[in-house]
Amino acid sequence: MVRVEFLGPIQKEPLELEITNLNELAKILQEDESMKEWLENSAVAVNDTLVSSRDVVLKDGDRVALLPPVCGG
Amino acid sequence: MLYLYDGALDVPEILKEWYEQEAKSNYGAYIPFVGTVRSEDNIEGLSFDIYEPILNSWFEAWQKKAEAKGAVIKMAHSRGDVMLHESSYIAAVFSPKRRVALEFIDEFVEDFKASAPIWKYDLKGGKRVYALDRSTAINGSGLLS
Repeated sequence: MVRVEFLGPIQKEPLELEITNLNELAKILQEDESMKEWLENSAVAVNDTLVSSRDVVLKDGDRVALLPPVCGG
Repeated sequence: MLYLYDGALDVPEILKEWYEQEAKSNYGAYIPFVGTVRSEDNIEGLSFDIYEPILNSWFEAWQKKAEAKGAVIKMAHSRGDVMLHESSYIAAVFSPKRRVALEFIDEFVEDFKASAPIWKYDLKGGKRVYALDRSTAINGSGLLS
């Protein structure tokens, strides 16, 4: 299982998914109407490291996080 | 060092503490930046969410950059609500000479605004409203769209 968390203002409970890569996650989230506005402007972290490509192999126990636009200070 | 606090920052205390930490470290410059919540758009204050694991690694990377220049960087930020005229953010650089610290604080605060995993909300009528129009998408966003 891969745990997917939605950070900050994204009002969505974490998901536990049987997925092996980020392409599968993209497909699942693209079908979720409530995620439409967030997918375009959110960054993705795998196990707390930001990733810049979907070519990431996911294994059991991995954690994916979606990070929407930030504004500290 | 990175310091996170619940609610507003005690600015005089933090600046004093940092000053004392480095008073004998032979740095010639101490350049702090203090961010204060201003009254605008009828807000009552601001509120913040922080994702600490990525904030920590982002800050560690900056600490290494500072070290390479013989400098030290410190940062304090609030979690939760911070009301008008209170402060939510302090960053400071200590360095042997002023030029390094002045340039470094500028670079650091700009990257902080663009990359640090912190989310800001306006407090209006007792509600928390995500400040999307003032927020910046992190580099590489849109990977799953």
